[in-house]
Amino acid sequence: MNAYDYWSIFQGSFTTVGVSLTGILVGLPLGLGLALLRWARIPVSRQVAYLYVSIIRSCPAVTLVMLIYFGAPQLGVSLSPLVAAMITMAVTASAFSCEIWRSALLSFDRQQYDAALAFGMPRFTRVWRIVLPQVWRSSLPGLINETTMLVKSSPAIAVIGMVEITRAAQRVGARTYDPLPPLMVGLVLYVVIIFALVRLQGRLERSGKNPETVA
Amino acid sequence: MSFDNFLLVWQQYPEILEAFGNTLMLIGIAGSVSMILGVFLTPLLMSHRKAVSLSVTFYCESMRCMPFLLFVYMIYFGLPSAGIQLSNWTTGVVALILYNSAYMAIFLKGAWKDIPTETIEAGRAYGFHGLKLFRRVIMPLMLMRATPMIGNQWVQIVKDSAFLGIIAVTELTAAMNAIQATYFIPFASFLSAVLLYWLISLVIEFFTTLFTRYAEVRRT
Repeated sequence: MNAYDYWSIFQGSFTTVGVSLTGILVGLPLGLGLALLRWARIPVSRQVAYLYVSIIRSCPAVTLVMLIYFGAPQLGVSLSPLVAAMITMAVTASAFSCEIWRSALLSFDRQQYDAALAFGMPRFTRVWRIVLPQVWRSSLPGLINETTMLVKSSPAIAVIGMVEITRAAQRVGARTYDPLPPLMVGLVLYVVIIFALVRLQGRLERSGKNPETVA
Repeated sequence: MSFDNFLLVWQQYPEILEAFGNTLMLIGIAGSVSMILGVFLTPLLMSHRKAVSLSVTFYCESMRCMPFLLFVYMIYFGLPSAGIQLSNWTTGVVALILYNSAYMAIFLKGAWKDIPTETIEAGRAYGFHGLKLFRRVIMPLMLMRATPMIGNQWVQIVKDSAFLGIIAVTELTAAMNAIQATYFIPFASFLSAVLLYWLISLVIEFFTTLFTRYAEVRRT
């Protein structure tokens, strides 16, 4: 392995992190929306949300990414691999985060919501200022955990030709006829990403606790 | 995209059923063996001997940081260079087992720590120790506590099994990919695959709920 090989695997981590990050940034609000739909007990959309989450949660990332990338042209939309990969990650993240948001919402004390109503707060303010801050704090560990799962499922996007860490490492291995060292380099990169996420969780939890102690 | 496409996909039912059977077999073998291995690994994780517990912890944590596909590549390329020649299918099963038993062990360890110390102390007071204490007192309680997590991990095995198509194991996704490449009906074929995977995980969820209820009745 020469310096260029290391660099090409390292470049793969930009794809891994970029695609996962987009997936999270788009998927989390979507999941929250789905969870709120189920929480608010809106008749039909609630069942639809349930069905969507149940199907996507059991769907392998490989199958989903191929369904989106190869299936979309049949519906008249042609996607680049990058966009298809981002959509896949966002869809997965929305389904997983929906479950986490929902369990946080279930443990949320509805009386506070009613109290806010008694003070005449409009619906949006009630959700934004009363429900969300508390739900966010209690679902944070689960969300970070799911993010690491998302990073671990990201090699699936290699099947549509995206060069992320695993694929880059495998390509270097195919060129040098020595597959294990590049895979080890890839593993180190994943460990770095996942450790960074775990550290982030610790930091966010601490910063989330401060206002509570002040109040 | 029309209903005809689905008919066309399902006209290839011999291939689909064979691949579906393969996937079921992969999941069944990998799930049960990794559960059993997980039960064996847990006492090692909890061992008082630092060398044992540290090395098993290292194994479990490195699996936890690794994407499944990367691990599959390591096994797929690594075993032959270590002089072990396995078929793709066996390689896939071995990878699934080694990867998931680490997760099982981690969940079971969490469940073990969740058992009240009084219960284990009571077992000791009645003269259980060592292997017998583990087999008769700790293991049943630990398995009951960990049931939901184990069920989740089975679903994870379902999802991981789809990666094995990349090393040319004829499982469901690979078979559907072959069908869509022949007839140019990607949407219908992959959607059928997604629904079949959903079916498997519904069955897993059903059994998990059943066991959870069984455990709740017997919970102390």
